[in-house]
Amino acid sequence: MSVEVRLPTLLRGHAEGRSTVSFPGSTVGEVLDALVTAYPGLAGQVLTDDGSLHRFVNVYLNDDDVRYLDRLDTKVNDGDTVSILPAVAGG
Amino acid sequence: MAVVQSVLDLIGNTPLVEVSALSPNPEVRILIKLEGQNPGGSVKDRIALSMIEAAEKESRLDSGSVLLEPSSGNTGIGMALVARVKGYQLKVVLPANVSVERRHLLEVWGAEIIESPGSEGSNGAVRLAERVAAEHPEWVFLYQYANHANPRAHYEGTGPEIWRDCPEVTHFVAGLGTSGTLLGVGRYLKERRPGVEVWAVEPPAGEMVDGLRNLDEGYIPPIFSDLGGAELLDRKTVVGPRPSIEWTRRLAEVGILAGISSGAAMAGAAKCAQSIESGVIVVVSADGGWKYLSTGAWTDDIDVVAERARRTIYF
Repeated sequence: MSVEVRLPTLLRGHAEGRSTVSFPGSTVGEVLDALVTAYPGLAGQVLTDDGSLHRFVNVYLNDDDVRYLDRLDTKVNDGDTVSILPAVAGG
Repeated sequence: MAVVQSVLDLIGNTPLVEVSALSPNPEVRILIKLEGQNPGGSVKDRIALSMIEAAEKESRLDSGSVLLEPSSGNTGIGMALVARVKGYQLKVVLPANVSVERRHLLEVWGAEIIESPGSEGSNGAVRLAERVAAEHPEWVFLYQYANHANPRAHYEGTGPEIWRDCPEVTHFVAGLGTSGTLLGVGRYLKERRPGVEVWAVEPPAGEMVDGLRNLDEGYIPPIFSDLGGAELLDRKTVVGPRPSIEWTRRLAEVGILAGISSGAAMAGAAKCAQSIESGVIVVVSADGGWKYLSTGAWTDDIDVVAERARRTIYF
């Protein structure tokens, strides 16, 4: 099972400049663990020390914010896309 | 309609229009609340009036007071209207990459624009406004993202109007900017019927925020944290520029000239309709389409418009 992970511009410096990378995993949490293992510079950016999502990071499975699905336990399927984006305001 | 004494009396009581013809599921009705019918042209007239009148009650404003506000446009325009009528001055911190009509409307009602870098989006406008507010403690900083009079306008206005006009509502869908609409309407509807689901729609925070240097420059509105937004929302979904434009055009096909964020909200409502067996969705159209004519949203090639929208703030 392989899932594409899209990185925002401001995180690409920690991932050899890449905008997309692919990692295996059956949940969003497993995919992110694989990501930060491969690119340790992303560890403190995406996940906190206790392994939960950083406050100002939104992680989307395809189009849906995983905080409103099953958070890091959200199941992923082959061909899914996980996007990491900063929380932004509007108005 | 009776004669009103002030244009401010026209804020609120917006119409709810059946657009079930656009629903992808015949068992799901969709009704859209046209906030573009407010006199300043957007849903933000409600919070502008609510925040300014709350400050008046707290005796924070005198004749000639200077208000300061970060806004991607609509809140600034609503506040400019209310400030003009009530005799206050307004300075709006506005990202550079908003439609030209947003800028013009601020000028119409006499607001002064302080430009913030477009590449930092609304987050950059908030940061700059916080700095300016610290330098000018004599200015009144109502700060829509942290002001409880923002969600209260929707708890006391928008929510009850929806419940009055459509008590059969099962799902509420709206764009997420300050989170004020979702918090106020969502809480009101859930108090009446706990089973109502609240769906938030966001634009993708992609190239629009290239100027942010790290994730600590991300931003969560204080009202969202204060009022338990994460517990209130049932779903949060991203809608990109292309489907936003496509749905903005579909709304025009049934005669509704709505802004681009309304297209995004409709795309979210359509997704919601496809994911449920039956129900009644109420979706908010935050503003009318007039302010986006210059973007070519209805007339130019859709690929060109979608690419343009990618670099423009329309929430």
